[in-house]
Amino acid sequence: MKAGVLALQGDFREHARVFAELGASPVEVRTPEDLSRVDALAIPGGESTTISKLARSAELVGPIVERASEGMPILGTCAGMIVMAKRVIGLEPLLGLVDVTVRRNAYGRQVDSFEADVDIEGVDHQVRGVFIRAPVVEDVGADVRAIASLDGRPVVLEQGSLIVASFHPELVGETRLHEYLLGKV
Amino acid sequence: MDREIGTFRVKSGLAEMLKGGVIMDVTTAEQAKIAEDAGAVAVMALERVPADIRAEGGVARMADATKVDEIMQAVSIPVMAKARIGHFVEAQILQALGVDYIDESEVLTPADEEHHIDKWAFTVPFVCGARNLGEALRRIAEGAAMIRTKGEAGTGNVVEAVRHQRTILREIGALAQLRPEQYVSAAKELGSPVDLVRMVAEAGTLPVVNFAAGGLATPADAALMMQLGVDGVFVGSGIFKSSDPAPRARAIVEATTHFQDPDVLAKVSHGLGEPMHGIDIAELGEEGLLQTRGW
Repeated sequence: MKAGVLALQGDFREHARVFAELGASPVEVRTPEDLSRVDALAIPGGESTTISKLARSAELVGPIVERASEGMPILGTCAGMIVMAKRVIGLEPLLGLVDVTVRRNAYGRQVDSFEADVDIEGVDHQVRGVFIRAPVVEDVGADVRAIASLDGRPVVLEQGSLIVASFHPELVGETRLHEYLLGKV
Repeated sequence: MDREIGTFRVKSGLAEMLKGGVIMDVTTAEQAKIAEDAGAVAVMALERVPADIRAEGGVARMADATKVDEIMQAVSIPVMAKARIGHFVEAQILQALGVDYIDESEVLTPADEEHHIDKWAFTVPFVCGARNLGEALRRIAEGAAMIRTKGEAGTGNVVEAVRHQRTILREIGALAQLRPEQYVSAAKELGSPVDLVRMVAEAGTLPVVNFAAGGLATPADAALMMQLGVDGVFVGSGIFKSSDPAPRARAIVEATTHFQDPDVLAKVSHGLGEPMHGIDIAELGEEGLLQTRGW
C-alpha cells in the first residue's frame, strides 16, 4: 500500500517513518502527480500558514479535496488538523473537509506547549500527547465523532475516512492512529 | 490533568515543526507581516539585521522589548529573538515577553567570553550556532533544542554556511565508523560529552534539528543548503537588504520546499531584482568574523 505524506513543510519524515514501520510504502507528496499514486494521506504538523500557501501554489488543494470526496483516508495532525478544518478562526480554511471550528495556538505561545497522557477510544494504552502551539476544537458538526478528549475538549476526531488530532502521535513513534487510517483504505 | 511544560520533547518538537521552512530576520512589524505573507515558518525579531550591525559597529544587544512585543502582535507564526552569548538575563527577559524561541547568537556582541547560557534552566527553547560537530554537541549539552550553522552572518555569502555544514557532516560520518571503545577519545577530541558522541555515532545524525544560517541570499542558496542535508534555513539580511523583499521571500520559501526540483528552482529564480550586495569573506579579515564568537 502506498501511504502518502504531504511533504511541503513540517515533520513529514516522522509520518513517513510511522507508515514504513507499519509495512506501508511511504510516498512524499509535493505535486498532484505524487498525490495520484497514493492510497491514503497524512498531513503533518508544521506551520499551517506556510503549508496553506505552498499547497495553493503547488495546485494541490483541488486534487486533495477530490480524493477525499472519493473516500481516500486522510490523517491530519496539528497543522494538518487546521488545514483540514471547515472553519478556522482568523484564517481562510484550506481544504474545508472536517466539520469543525478550530482556533490556532489556542493553548498559548511556545512556553505553554505541553505533554500529557491521552486516552484514545479503541487504543488499549495511554498515548503521550505532545501539544506544540496546538489548535483547540471549538465546535463540532453532527457527523464528527470525538475519539479522544483532554480536559473536556476533543483532541482526536473522526469524520468518515478522515481523522484529525491536535497533537503529534508521530513525534513519539505512536503508530495506532496511522494503523487505523490504513485500515480504512 | 498532569501537563508537563518545557520538556526537551516539547522544546525540540517545535523545531521539528519548523523543518522544511524558512525563518526570516525582521526588524519591524511590517517586515514581520511581509515574511508571514510570504510563507515564513517563523520570524526572528531584531533591532538591526546583521549587515547593518556589521556596517554600523558598536555593541549589538537584545532587541528593545517594545519591538519584540510589536512583532509578536503582528503575526501568528512563532517569533524568535536573539540574546547575547552568555547573557542569561536577556534570555530571562525574552522568556518573560513570551517569545517562542531564543537564538543565543554570535551576531550580537558576546556578554561572556567563557560560558554560554545554561539553557536547561529555561522553559523557552533555544537555538545555537555551530561551525563543527564539537560545538554543536556542546550547545546541545547546555540544553539547546535546535542547531544552526553559523555561516558568516550579514555577508550574503553562503560559503561559510557550506563549510560548516560539510564539516558537521564529515565529522558525523567519521564518528559512525568508530568502534565503541573509541568513543571516549573521540569525545575528548571533540570537546563534547561522551553520551552525545555515542548517540550521534549510533544514529548517524544530530539528535536535534539542524538549520542553515549565515550568508544565504537567494533561492539557489536555500536549495543548496537543503541538498547538503540541513532541515531548513534562516535568511537574515538576504531578504530585507535586497531590492524587492516580498517576491524574494516567496521564492526562497518555494525553493526550500522544492529543493530537489530544478524546474521549480528555475521558475522561482526569475525577476527577483537585486540581491543584497554581499561581501567576500577574505575582505573581513580575522577581526571581522562573527563566527569565531562562542566557545
